[in-house]
Amino acid sequence: MPAVERPLIYANLRKPGYTVDLDCYLRHGGYEALRKAVALKPEDVCKEVETSGLRGRGGAGFPTGMKWKFLDRKSGKPAYLVVNADESEPGTYKDRQIIYKDPHQMLEGIAITAWAIQAKQAFIYIRGEFIHGAKILERAIAEAKAKGFLGQNILGSGYSCEVVVHRGGGCYVCGEETGLIESLEGKRGYPRIKPPYFPAVLGLYNCPTIVNNAEPMAQVKHVLAFGGAEFAKIGIPGDSGTHIWGVSGLVKRPGLYEIEAGKATFGELLYDLCGGPLDGRKIKAIIPGGSSTKILKVGERFKGKLANAPSSTGRSRHPPRLQQHRRVRHGLGTAAPSSSTTPSR
Amino acid sequence: MHESPSSAPARALKPETLARAPGIVAQYPQKRSATMPLLHLVQEDRGHITKEDMHWVAELVGVTPMQVLEVVTFYPMFRQHPIGRRHVRVCRTLSCALRGSYALMENLEKSLNCPRGETSPDGDFTLEFVECIADCGCGPVVHVDASMHENVRPEDADKFAAQLKATLKDPAYGQHPPVPGTPEWNG
Ligand SMILES: Cc1cc2nc3c(=O)[nH]c(=O)nc-3n(C[C@H](O)[C@H](O)[C@H](O)COP(=O)(O)O)c2cc1C
Ligand code: FES
Repeated sequence: MPAVERPLIYANLRKPGYTVDLDCYLRHGGYEALRKAVALKPEDVCKEVETSGLRGRGGAGFPTGMKWKFLDRKSGKPAYLVVNADESEPGTYKDRQIIYKDPHQMLEGIAITAWAIQAKQAFIYIRGEFIHGAKILERAIAEAKAKGFLGQNILGSGYSCEVVVHRGGGCYVCGEETGLIESLEGKRGYPRIKPPYFPAVLGLYNCPTIVNNAEPMAQVKHVLAFGGAEFAKIGIPGDSGTHIWGVSGLVKRPGLYEIEAGKATFGELLYDLCGGPLDGRKIKAIIPGGSSTKILKVGERFKGKLANAPSSTGRSRHPPRLQQHRRVRHGLGTAAPSSSTTPSR
Repeated sequence: MHESPSSAPARALKPETLARAPGIVAQYPQKRSATMPLLHLVQEDRGHITKEDMHWVAELVGVTPMQVLEVVTFYPMFRQHPIGRRHVRVCRTLSCALRGSYALMENLEKSLNCPRGETSPDGDFTLEFVECIADCGCGPVVHVDASMHENVRPEDADKFAAQLKATLKDPAYGQHPPVPGTPEWNG
């Protein structure tokens, strides 16, 4: 069966006429998941996210619910939520779509996450080059605050959370969470040495901090909407939800494709969805997950801890197998294959 | 004696800039965090950041001017010198490079009469290569001031340059709120 898309995060923003304003978001069921969340205890929201099997989308694929569990709640210091919208891994351009086309989806996830970890202050660290994106977010935050979805006394719960958009300065290393925290503190973005600087314990202003990529914030909204157990059924065990694949390079239809986690091989993605290489060329190699991941040549097998993972740069039709998804999880970075092709002789 | 424009004393910051600063500082639990947003604010006002600006920022956030300079010199987006009227940045990272961004750069150097990494003699354009600007599916992409131009093919360089030159004569350039789907919206 050819690979198919299953838009979850991109479902609304792709609809013609869908706009970034709050009214449009509310017409599409917006902030209902937040209503559900604040009716639950924060620890129960954490539990839903853990049950959902959601993993990070910033590169390492760390389970989101587990990350939240590591947050130091004993120190008595305030907790911070930092959303990593630095999107600077070459070949990665998925978060831009959410920010520019559906900012409230991300803000709803931020409000839910902030409630779950009881953060009273959240920051969105956005790429400095997303000049207009930062403005779109700021406008959306103001709208959400006016309606009680953010800011003081969220939905009458007595809980408050402010969100600030912080623009970066065009520096790749600030996408790394500890470099990002330094940058947010108004310093040069040099990464910190862990230990002792694990953000969940010693993060922003040396307070417990959760750093999550922008996309899982949007995913969290759906976790609450579906419920953790239902959400876990999307994708495969150990990797749930959808992955947004940003394909670029010399294929016929480069673009962003949202597919259930683990439900397609690279071959299916590049041929079924992207139409294969440009005419007169054949695929030589791909970079599976942004420039930080190892180049895969056609026919090459993924080498690493999961040596059995099937190669999928060729036109393989392997049914989805766990190893493969594992690889997707560990080796895929930000799910951003760029394909280099060579003219065929 | 003639003074060259770059050695002329910089004008004062606009009143709007001065008025917005305290609100920005107040957003943060610790003032120092406002360093970068204030530097962006200054740069949007005058196009670059002067020594005096750094002193002003330092005072607002409670650090030494040296600590602000450290930030200015670390982040590629901040600059201490004026640039051309239009800042043209061509992405040279792999996905755009595969789609022809190097050929595009060569053509733009000719069409804009501006070598890469420099400002044109008439001061109209500064032309640079930059790394991935997160729009890789539409390469080659060119970021001009606050607008993102997608799929700019090398063979379209002349047409694209003409379009950019036309904006120099548009008094309303950059003043209207962007419209969804336009390069300004994506910038
Ligand atoms: C050099 C480097 C650059 C990174 N750049 C980004 C980035 O641009 N965006 C991002 O979300 N994560 C980036 N990360 C990963 C972050 O450190 C962090 O793991 C991530 O934001 C956590 O979010 P997640 O749990 O959703 O994956 C980078 C990591 C490294 C080492
Ligand atoms: S490679 Fe050019 S925008 Fe990413």
